[in-house]
Amino acid sequence: METLEFIVSNWPQIIDRGIEHLSLITVAISIAIVTGVPIGVLITQNRAAADRVLYAAAVIMTIPSIALFGLLIPILSIIGQGIGYLPAVVALVLYSQLPIIRNTYTAIMNIDPALREAARGMGMTPFQRLREVELPIALPVIINGVRNATVLNIAVATIATYIGAGGLGTFISRGISQTDIRQLLTGALAVSVLAILADLSLLWLQRRLTSPGLRGR
Amino acid sequence: MIRLDQVTKIYGTMTAVDSVSMEVDPGEVCVLLGPSGCGKTTTMKMINRLVPMTSGRIYVGGKDTSTLDDVTLRRSIGYVIQQIGLFPNKTVEDNICVVPDLMGRERKASRRRASELLEMVNLDPVIFLKRYPKELSGGQQQRVGVARALAADPPVLLMDEPFGAIDPINREEIQNEFMKLQAELKKTVIFVSHDIDEAVKMASRIAIFRDGRIVQYDTPDNILAHPIDSFVADFVGTDRTLKRLQLITVAEAMAADPPRVVAGDELSTAVRLMEEHGHISIVMVGPRGRARGVVKLDAAKGRQGSVGEHYEKLPCMINLRDDLRKAVSQMFTHDQTWLACVDDDGFYKGYVTQRGITHLLGATYRDR
Repeated sequence: METLEFIVSNWPQIIDRGIEHLSLITVAISIAIVTGVPIGVLITQNRAAADRVLYAAAVIMTIPSIALFGLLIPILSIIGQGIGYLPAVVALVLYSQLPIIRNTYTAIMNIDPALREAARGMGMTPFQRLREVELPIALPVIINGVRNATVLNIAVATIATYIGAGGLGTFISRGISQTDIRQLLTGALAVSVLAILADLSLLWLQRRLTSPGLRGR
Repeated sequence: MIRLDQVTKIYGTMTAVDSVSMEVDPGEVCVLLGPSGCGKTTTMKMINRLVPMTSGRIYVGGKDTSTLDDVTLRRSIGYVIQQIGLFPNKTVEDNICVVPDLMGRERKASRRRASELLEMVNLDPVIFLKRYPKELSGGQQQRVGVARALAADPPVLLMDEPFGAIDPINREEIQNEFMKLQAELKKTVIFVSHDIDEAVKMASRIAIFRDGRIVQYDTPDNILAHPIDSFVADFVGTDRTLKRLQLITVAEAMAADPPRVVAGDELSTAVRLMEEHGHISIVMVGPRGRARGVVKLDAAKGRQGSVGEHYEKLPCMINLRDDLRKAVSQMFTHDQTWLACVDDDGFYKGYVTQRGITHLLGATYRDR
C-alpha cells in the first residue's frame, strides 16, 4: 500500500527514469544489431573464425556486470568517460553480442543448402543471396536473439546506475542504501514491466516482419 | 548449342570427370545417365560453373563460357534441382520472377509471364500465384521450379534429377507435361537421371556415364538396341527390347490402308477380301470410315447375309499416337493377335499385329 502511494506521488520521476532506462537500451541494442548481425553473417564463411568469435562472446557474457563496469572505468577514463552513459552503453553492447551473433550464425547455417544451390544456380551474387533469401529466412531467429538481448540488457542496465548512468536502477540502489522497501519495490516492478513490454513489442515486430510463407510450419 | 571439349574435374587425387567431350544440338534433350558417383552431375554443374572445371572448354551457344562471369552465365541458363529449392519466404509469383527481377526486367511484364508459365505447367494462376511454397505439394512445387527456370526464357535448361523426389504417379504426369512444354519451347536441355525409363522417355540422346567417362552417347533406341558393352547392357536392363516399345508409335508400326467392309456388303465379299489378303478377320467401318466392328473368317464362311447382320463388336482399338507398349499391353489384355488402329476421330487407319511388331523390333538386329 505504501509502495502504491510512493508510485502515485513519484509518477513523473518514475516515467523520467523509465525513459532514461529505455533510451539506454535502445541505443545499446541498435548498436548491437548493427555490429552483431554482420559479424554473425561473416563468420558463416569460416568455421574456425565462428568458433572463436562465439567463444569470445560467451566469455564476455560470463563477466559479472558490476565487474565489467569496473573494468571499463580505467579504459574509458582515457577519453574522460570512465563513468556515466558511455560505459553503460559499451557494456550493454558487449553483453548483447552473444545472443545476436549466435542466433544470426545459427539461423543462416541452418538454411537448407538446396536453397543456396538454387540461388547460386540462378545467378544470384552472394549479396543478393543474403538480401533475398538468407536474411529474410533467418529473420525470425535473429529477432529472437534481439529479444533475448533486450530483456537481458534491461536487467543489466539496472546496475548501471552505480556508475552514474541513471535509469530505473536508481530506485533500487536508493531503496537498498536507505533501506526503503517502497523505492526498492517500485524499481523492481518498473524494470519488470519495462522488460515485458519491450519483449511483447519485439514479438509483435517479429510477427510483422516474418514472411507468411515461413510462419507456423 | 552446348559443346564440351575435353572437360575434366579432379578432386585431390580423384578424377571425377575424365576428359568428357560431347555436343548437344539446339532443341535436344540430352540425358546424362549412370549410377551414382559416375560424374554425370559434376559434368552438368560444370556447365553453369557451380563446379569449376579443372581443365577443358565448355561452349554454350558458340561462346566459350570461361569468357563469361558466373552471374551472366548462370542467368542465361535455367536450373532445376531435385530438392526443388523454392524460396519459402517468397510467393509462387515472386519465386518465378526471381531471375527477371535480378535482371531488372519490367515488373509488370515478368508477372504476366509468371502467370502464363504457371498455366503452361498446369497450375491455375488464380489459385497459385499468391501462395507460398509450403502450401504446395511436392509435384506442384516442382512445376513451379520448372516455371522459375523458364522465367527469363533462357535457351538452355539444366535439370538435376528434377523429378526424382516426386511420387511415381505424379512423376509420370509431370514428365508428360514437361515433354509437351519442351515440344513447344524447344529448349536445349541437359537432364541428369539415374532412371533408364525416364531417360528413354525424355531423351533425344542419352549419354551413359561410368567412372567419369562417357561410355556411350546415342539415341535411346540405339542404346537399347545396341548397347556398346556389357556395362551399358546391364544398366539398361535385360528387358531393354521391351523398353524400345515405348519409343515407337502405333502409326510407325501399323499396316496402313487395310481392306475393309461396310454394313451393306455381302458376307461373301468379306470372305473374298480376307482370303485375298490372307487375313482371318476384317474390320467393318461406318459410312464415313469409322471403325464399327469386325467380321471373322470362320464365322462368315459358308453363311449368307450382309456384314451388318453378322459383325461382332471390336474388343479394343488403339490410337495412332499411342506407343507400342500400350498396344502390346492391349493385345495381351484382350487376348488379341492384332489391333485396329484409329485416329483421334475414330476413323479406321490400319492395324498392328504381334508379328508386325516383332518384325519391326527385330529389324535393327538383322541389319547388322
